[in-house]
Amino acid sequence: MSHYLFYILSTLSIISALLVVFSRVPVYSVLWLVVCFFTIAGHYIMLNAQFLAIVHIIVYAGAIMVLFLFVVMLLNLNKENEQHKINWVKFAAVISGGILFLTLIAAMKSSDLGTYSLPIKSEIGFVQNVGMKLFTDYVLPFELSSVLFLSAMIGAVVLAKKEKS
Amino acid sequence: MGETTLQAIPQNWYLLLSTFLFCIGVIGVLFRRNAIIILMCVELMLNAVNLLLVSFSAYANNADGQVFVFFIMVVAAAEVAVGLALLVSIYRNVMSTDIDVLSKLKG
Amino acid sequence: MTEQILHDSAFIMPGILIPLLPLIGFLINGLFGKYLPKAAASWLATSAILGSFLCTVYVFMNLNAADSVTIDLFQWIAFSKVNIGFSFLIDPLTVVMLLVITGIGFLIHLYSIGYMHDDEGVTRFFTYLNLFIFFMLLLVMGSNYLVMFIGWEGVGLCSYLLIGFWFKNDAYNNAAKKAFVMNRIGDLGFLLGMFFILFNFGTLEYGAVAEQASKLTPNSMLLVAITLLLFVGAMGKSAQLPLYTWLPDAMAGPTPVSALIHAATMVTAGIYMVVRSNVLFAMAPHTLDVILIVGVATSVFAAVIGLMQNDIKKVLAYSTVSQLGLMFAALGLGAFSSGMFHVVTHAFFKACLFLGSGSVIHALHGEQDIRKMGGLKKLIPITYLTFITASFAISGFPLLSGFFSKDEILAHAFEQNKLVWGILSISSMITAFYMFRLVYLTFFGTFRGTDETKKHIHESPITITLPLIALCILSVFGGILGLPSVFHATHLFATYLSSVTEPSKAFLYEHEAISHSAELMLMAFAGIAAIASIWFAYQKYVTKGEQPADEASLTGLNKWISNKFYVDELYDKAVVKPMLVLSDLFMVVVDKLIIDLSVNAIAWFVGLTGRITRLFQTGNTGFYIFAMVLSMVVLFVIRLLA
Repeated sequence: MSHYLFYILSTLSIISALLVVFSRVPVYSVLWLVVCFFTIAGHYIMLNAQFLAIVHIIVYAGAIMVLFLFVVMLLNLNKENEQHKINWVKFAAVISGGILFLTLIAAMKSSDLGTYSLPIKSEIGFVQNVGMKLFTDYVLPFELSSVLFLSAMIGAVVLAKKEKS
Repeated sequence: MGETTLQAIPQNWYLLLSTFLFCIGVIGVLFRRNAIIILMCVELMLNAVNLLLVSFSAYANNADGQVFVFFIMVVAAAEVAVGLALLVSIYRNVMSTDIDVLSKLKG
Repeated sequence: MTEQILHDSAFIMPGILIPLLPLIGFLINGLFGKYLPKAAASWLATSAILGSFLCTVYVFMNLNAADSVTIDLFQWIAFSKVNIGFSFLIDPLTVVMLLVITGIGFLIHLYSIGYMHDDEGVTRFFTYLNLFIFFMLLLVMGSNYLVMFIGWEGVGLCSYLLIGFWFKNDAYNNAAKKAFVMNRIGDLGFLLGMFFILFNFGTLEYGAVAEQASKLTPNSMLLVAITLLLFVGAMGKSAQLPLYTWLPDAMAGPTPVSALIHAATMVTAGIYMVVRSNVLFAMAPHTLDVILIVGVATSVFAAVIGLMQNDIKKVLAYSTVSQLGLMFAALGLGAFSSGMFHVVTHAFFKACLFLGSGSVIHALHGEQDIRKMGGLKKLIPITYLTFITASFAISGFPLLSGFFSKDEILAHAFEQNKLVWGILSISSMITAFYMFRLVYLTFFGTFRGTDETKKHIHESPITITLPLIALCILSVFGGILGLPSVFHATHLFATYLSSVTEPSKAFLYEHEAISHSAELMLMAFAGIAAIASIWFAYQKYVTKGEQPADEASLTGLNKWISNKFYVDELYDKAVVKPMLVLSDLFMVVVDKLIIDLSVNAIAWFVGLTGRITRLFQTGNTGFYIFAMVLSMVVLFVIRLLA
């Protein structure tokens, strides 16, 4: 049962990811990426990481992708007017991506993943557990991330502001 | 169901999947000229890594990996905000988001 | 050993003050001189030397002749077995030199106040002068060769600075450079000698070196090498053949400098050094022979050149070289205290002569050519009187200071080698002759300059005449310090120095002292010879009124003498020219071909790599990402294959 679920989700992720890259219209790319993120959220649920799955949907699909969509609309790029790279560069891009894939696979083959003690506790991804971690061991980075957000916010405002001419 | 999933699917599959997603992201970055799409492909690569981390966390029975993913999301959100602001600013100046147009750094 | 009058520690304070005061004067004038009025700067410098002089007198009064005091200031160089301290040694020899340096130094400072009054660089002048005194004091006070060497180099530097004092004149600058370079040759000898000493004896302290050396066999190779090298140093500093040519040129400096540095003090440093190392030298008779030959040769050679010089200061300069030769001859004969005695009397009368010549030049507004002088004795009487007295002293006129000191050297020469005695006597006669040629041409007869100049001739101010009178008195009575045994008086000077020269006595061949009657005969002969020379000069230049011939009309030997035997030209051809040719060769081969080419090649290579790597910086972001991905792949592959 879970096998099939994994296959379906994986196929969907890969297809949507490919469509992100190869769609000609930017808005479609954005939408396919949203689909891709949803399938990844599905993987998270399968891995019993409920908290992350929810955060993932809220942050990525809800916030980041909306931002992308917003910018695409704002800059009026929703046309198929993108200059494409010349063919041999495209070819080279695919080839190098493929070589990287092969290398990474080879790296994984040669590495030892280790054995895991069974039975595996499945509760670690629950909100309670991750929350405990976040507010005990990682409380300082957690608070600092708010500073990062603040600076990112100010930075974004400053950069996107129209310069007075 | 959860335990059955973890026991039924070997971790290697997740490795394979995230590697594949990562490489698609790389190909996208190399393939496209539109800076916004490139940024999206970078997000895709980040998500591939996130997936990997979550899978390790689940199989190694250690919540730290998921905390990392949480922080990666934080950084990704900040990065996208600043990155898109930069793009808007660039677009205002050169009326394009084509990265091949941006070759001012030529030595 | 008699009981010490004062405890050693009583000498520390004055001992440090003696060199410290000129140093303070130098620092104040050097750093803040431009904020001080000229008069203040000059009086400050002068009083600093006066302070040193008073300290020296205090030390002289309280130090037993048989004793020496060592003042350790601080440990300087210490590694493995070598331990060199910065320390002072005060013994009779040092005290004699100190008295001469600070005493005459003070008089010359005083004189300079008047002499340099109108010069714009007064402050600079006194700054250098104080620095010179400081280094000179360091030279004579050091308790080891290294401290002496600092002073040795320091006075060389000051000599360079002061010869080139009027640096706007190229010829003066060249003279300064010449002095410096010539001195360097000598200094190298000194330095090598020092290395030999340090290497073989492991110490540079005078006492320890003498003690170690006395254990060696006399005349051993090592001793001869060390003493010869040290003597090379002395040759440079004290202007002996063949390194004497810088001294006449050094007259380019202001006259007080010529008096202080190039007559009374610095040039005697070589003699001081030999006397200081008298044990070493006494144990190397071969070196003493060399010194004797060089000294005698220099004495005659320079005296002969002095016969035909027409520049008032050049005559005195050659006379200085000649007298220094005489002193070295004394050292070569092993008569160390006689040599020192002549250093002292020579300092008196030569300083007086130089200052007198300065006064003449001052009166004539810078004229130095004796052919344009004459008849000055009425116009500048004090200068005339002091000058002629000092000339009598240098000529060896009976009972004046020069007579006694020269006679002592001649007596030693007569004891040991009649030929040396003969040559030195001739040299003395020549000295008497050219000195009075100078006196008669300058002060007698009629004035040969322009009327305009004559109108302005005036006697010098008191700051100039006072030192002249003081030095004149010293030149007359200086002989009392060293009366010969004929007069049944104690030789004060030799007795005072005996503790220094005593250790070397054991190694010197004891010559039979000449009898009193013979000594009287010698004295009479020397006196008569001097008077005869003076009379001869009087006949020639006053009675007959002869003038020095024009240089162009000279022929034969006269022409050679007038051109100083073409020694400068010879050095120019034999040393300078080949050096220049060699330099040119090196410039072309080493500099341009090897160094320039290799440096340029490196620059070219860097440029090339720059041009090549620049090709990678296309500004194309896509290309950069490609490069990044491929590099990642390569890194992975390397990691996997490793």
